[in-house]
Amino acid sequence: MSQSLPGPVIASIKGLTFRYPDAQRPAVKDLDIDILRGEIVILAGPSGCGKSTLLRCVNGLVPHMYPGEYKGSVVVDGVSVADTPMSMLSQKVGLLFQNPENQIFMFSVERDVAFGLQNLSVPRDEMRARVDEAMRLLGITGLAQRAPHELSDGQKQRAALAGVIAMRPKLIILDEPTSLLDPQTALEVVSLIEKLNRELGITFVVVEHRLELLTPIAHRLVVMDGGAKVMDGPPEQVLSDPDVEAHGIGVPPTFELYSSLVKNGMRLEGVPDSPEALARELDRR
Amino acid sequence: MNMIEFRDVSYVHRTGTTALSGVSLSIDKGETVAIVGENGAGKTTLVRHINGLLRPTRGSVLVEGKDTRETTAAALSRKVGIAFQNPDHQLFSESVEGEVRFALRNFGFAEDLATRRVDWALNFFELDRYRKSSPLVLSGGEKKRLTLGCILAWDPDVVVLDEPTVGQDALQKEKLGHIFKMLQSTGKTIIIVSHDVEFLWPIQPRLLVMAGGRLVADGEMAEVMSDSATLERARVTRPQLLRLYSGLQRRPERPFLGVDDARTWAEGGR
Repeated sequence: MSQSLPGPVIASIKGLTFRYPDAQRPAVKDLDIDILRGEIVILAGPSGCGKSTLLRCVNGLVPHMYPGEYKGSVVVDGVSVADTPMSMLSQKVGLLFQNPENQIFMFSVERDVAFGLQNLSVPRDEMRARVDEAMRLLGITGLAQRAPHELSDGQKQRAALAGVIAMRPKLIILDEPTSLLDPQTALEVVSLIEKLNRELGITFVVVEHRLELLTPIAHRLVVMDGGAKVMDGPPEQVLSDPDVEAHGIGVPPTFELYSSLVKNGMRLEGVPDSPEALARELDRR
Repeated sequence: MNMIEFRDVSYVHRTGTTALSGVSLSIDKGETVAIVGENGAGKTTLVRHINGLLRPTRGSVLVEGKDTRETTAAALSRKVGIAFQNPDHQLFSESVEGEVRFALRNFGFAEDLATRRVDWALNFFELDRYRKSSPLVLSGGEKKRLTLGCILAWDPDVVVLDEPTVGQDALQKEKLGHIFKMLQSTGKTIIIVSHDVEFLWPIQPRLLVMAGGRLVADGEMAEVMSDSATLERARVTRPQLLRLYSGLQRRPERPFLGVDDARTWAEGGR
């Protein structure tokens, strides 16, 4: 869990307030969040809570592409986001959109994976090596010559993620990566995130509404509401907190049941990490 | 009464790919049906046959007993409203308000009635503040609500929703759940295409499972969900409350439909 991770801070958000030009109120205000190296952090909150703006502040779209009133600081891997060009930030922070079709558009999967590296003028041999490694990690080596439109949605999401991985970012931001996928494919993407985190030590910040998918692998859950951070801790702890629903978070049924039973006085050991674990606990009683 | 009937329907794309093969099913008036299955299984192709956007290559589709090949798309769409998965495919007006009014005009609603329907839809889906804005400025979740509002405004007998929960937060999902209850109570026939098994479970729809263009299972949700081989084939997972139920050694006769159910049982109902 996050407390036990010794990793130093990879992204530090301090006193961050940002207001878009025509907006009355800031989209995020007085945010303080430290993200540790090697963490998988879920970012959740109701629509319009400021999640997307926070992501943009971390990868540099704010303030480089979206100007506005900006206070406070965001430091990623030792550099100030506001003072660092996007081309350099793109090697530190990778972004995967909800819909991979927004991200893959070349004639072949291989070319798509290489696209970011080409833009950075990475030498040919190194590019080859990094593209091959990324495709191998994502299990799509066999699809290298396929056209993106021939791929299934799960394969498209893998191809898009391979393009992000090839850039060797330290931090990857995923914006609802599973919402368009069938449940089994969604689980596969979740285990890929876990694998990349474990094997390469990549830090992940994931925006997701379907928390039941990600809580098993996440170290931490940050809840935002009205532009502010309102809860932050290990997912099981945050989701068992009776206040969480008031912030518009869809609590997975297992946690909802567990917390209501405990609240009514039932003594249960530990917060269950799956419905099966809760079933065993209920049987034991 | 039989609302929708598929008789051995196959659909082959112009490219030669078979998207549906040999699908037969019938849906009664007032039924709530969910269609699940992996991406590309043919779910969207199937629902597009209901409002005549697609006509079968082989077999036939009947809506209220009439073959869709002998009905105009205009007449069918008055009866069957579809909210597509990707709202960008159906939003094109200059304003949010105009978007809702568009179909109402096409269907010949009187102006004052159309205005009342527009007001209702925008209020109900919390979109009133965007009334004069372009639909393009809406977020993904808001666009989905707008497409749903457009359809409910003209009050079709059959409401088809393709992935209604994508991009919706917990509050909006809860609201969608209430909308289903309301639609059910007014006798609408509801068809939901969705990957979101957690959302579907409390609704307890009749479940159709598709894989590779075929209908591979059709029955009560709890029953279909107990068949591991079918779920595996269709790449569908079980909802948490069913997993909890299946994991129990001592358990009640029927699975828990909601957290309240499970709590009542755990706290002494056994």
